[in-house]
Amino acid sequence: MQHSRQFLLDSYRSMATIRRFEDRVHDEFSGGKIPGFVHLYAGEEASAVGVCSQLGVRDVIASTHRGHGHCIAKGCDVVSMMKEIYGRRDGLCGGKGGSMHIADIAKGMLGANGIVGGGPPLICGAALTAKYLKTGGVAVAFVGDGGSNQGTTLESYNLAKVWQLPVIFVVEDNGYAESTASAWSVGGSQLGRAAGFGMPGIEVDGFDFFAVYDAAREAIERAREGGGPSLMHVQLSRYYGHFEGDAMTYRAPGEVAKLREEKDSLKIFRKQVTSAGLLDHGEIDAVGDEVAKLIDEAVAAAEAAAMPGEVDLATDVYLRY
Amino acid sequence: MSKKSYREAIRDAIASEMRRDPRVIVMGEDNAGGAGAPGETDAWGGVLGVTKGLQPEFGADRVLDTPISESAFIGAAAGAAATGLRPVAELMFVDFMGVCFDQIFNQAAKFRYMFGGRAVTPLVIRTMYGAGFRAASQHSQCLYPLFTHIPGLKVVLPSSPYDAKGLMIQAIRDDDPVIFFEHKVMYDETAEVPDESYTIPFGEANLTREGRDATIVAFGRMVNFANQAADELKREGLSVTVIDPRTTSPLDAETILDSVAETGRLVVVDESHPRCSMAADIARLVAEEAFDHLKAPIRTVTAPHTPVPFSPALEDIYIPTPKKIRDAVLAVTRGRSS
Repeated sequence: MQHSRQFLLDSYRSMATIRRFEDRVHDEFSGGKIPGFVHLYAGEEASAVGVCSQLGVRDVIASTHRGHGHCIAKGCDVVSMMKEIYGRRDGLCGGKGGSMHIADIAKGMLGANGIVGGGPPLICGAALTAKYLKTGGVAVAFVGDGGSNQGTTLESYNLAKVWQLPVIFVVEDNGYAESTASAWSVGGSQLGRAAGFGMPGIEVDGFDFFAVYDAAREAIERAREGGGPSLMHVQLSRYYGHFEGDAMTYRAPGEVAKLREEKDSLKIFRKQVTSAGLLDHGEIDAVGDEVAKLIDEAVAAAEAAAMPGEVDLATDVYLRY
Repeated sequence: MSKKSYREAIRDAIASEMRRDPRVIVMGEDNAGGAGAPGETDAWGGVLGVTKGLQPEFGADRVLDTPISESAFIGAAAGAAATGLRPVAELMFVDFMGVCFDQIFNQAAKFRYMFGGRAVTPLVIRTMYGAGFRAASQHSQCLYPLFTHIPGLKVVLPSSPYDAKGLMIQAIRDDDPVIFFEHKVMYDETAEVPDESYTIPFGEANLTREGRDATIVAFGRMVNFANQAADELKREGLSVTVIDPRTTSPLDAETILDSVAETGRLVVVDESHPRCSMAADIARLVAEEAFDHLKAPIRTVTAPHTPVPFSPALEDIYIPTPKKIRDAVLAVTRGRSS
């Protein structure tokens, strides 16, 4: 697949934005500036961007509790996201959703989700809308290895197949559902499950942007052409804990350091595009600098933004009452 | 105007909205019936026939049969609503919400608030409720108090064919998720129902009887039992107001409080269990807001705090009756001074 320079730069920008955003949220959370629960996506960037870089606004995604990366990849405004995570009034959801519920329906982002396995049924509905209104859109449900064991996910495989919906199930297997290894908690295999529901399935190296892109392209094309649902089993890892504050004692000593060294989707991308002569290091560094500035601005804007007040407590609950 | 059953009134409302708005779709288990089977299509029209005839008129794209996967299709209905359709999904018996409650109360109910007002969820979930069918513990519950408890949901309990049609059209046009409770014993009750479309606003109670001596607030099928009790009491010289709130969320508190201010006596009739029920909720409202008007303690008439029994001998004493309602009114009006 030939990619334009602009596409490569945009894709790198999106991955670098996710990394920088998550590293910064980690720091600010540690410093006590961010309330609540946050679950960081750093390490998994190639999956969100490999899929979402080929989606448009007519296409809808549903995310998980580890949702920041999917939001950024789908085009949510980074400053508004940071404000939301800080609980500010002009955050993307008015400070009422927070990290686990960032959504932007207008951008086709149907929400991060605080319920493991909450998204796949919703995405069947988004796909039904696309199919019924003949928009040509597809719908993508991101689930983790933990979410892959929920009944909602398995029911959604069946419903998507029975209704022949334009859905792609992206199982992001980062090795751990909270602290429990996916090697222990998943009976059978992800591809075996796909086959059981009559869906094409594919194993994907989740650290390789181009591998994710190619697998997703095939699944998206199939869905757009009326070929029904597909499943991608994306194997990757997270650099941080299940949530911020997780001491990760369940991981092997040195595991994360080794991952950061050997399995870094940004470094791998850089190597791929520079060795092929598609981009040079200077261009990539320049994108990194732009991203760093954007995240600095986002944090400064979030810190300066106003908190919601009591007047906001009871708004947005019913359209009319 | 023509005679229609409660079932026909609901079907009539859905069909008229489907003709008006192409974004209205219907989905549920056996909503047409016979999908993929060798015999008839539209074989059932839902397990008690409410949606019969819709698929032949509107096609299989708009009247979708589903696998028996309530989590998946109720969630799909919520997702479709958030992305531009107006689904009317059938959760066959409300008892089955136990397998899909997450999609209702964590997803559909929360979108609007959690997303800062930037989402609408025009979803109707139709569901059957209530005892009287000898259907035992897992097919007979009321459960509307559970849904009423959840902010973001609207909860509708039509007590007549006329209300069923007007409230259903309102529900389909509403941009919030609505849980529409249909009492399974009432499907064959008939009344005059206009042929044309009309809406009944949510949160506006209906006074089915007007009197001075006591106020009865009743829900769903219990409105009819309360009317029977009021008519009996009238023959005995007591005039009673019967209030049908029609929706438990939103609740027309004003009409209830105004009536209690006039009568000073309140009986609440609720087919659900007594704890954390609509009976308890209305009693709380009146105790807090109208205590000074009360001339007697509030009485509630509810089912007992037990699962719904199977045996007809037990189920008949489980369900509140007009006689129990009459006795409660007599208890609150005993020794009345005005």
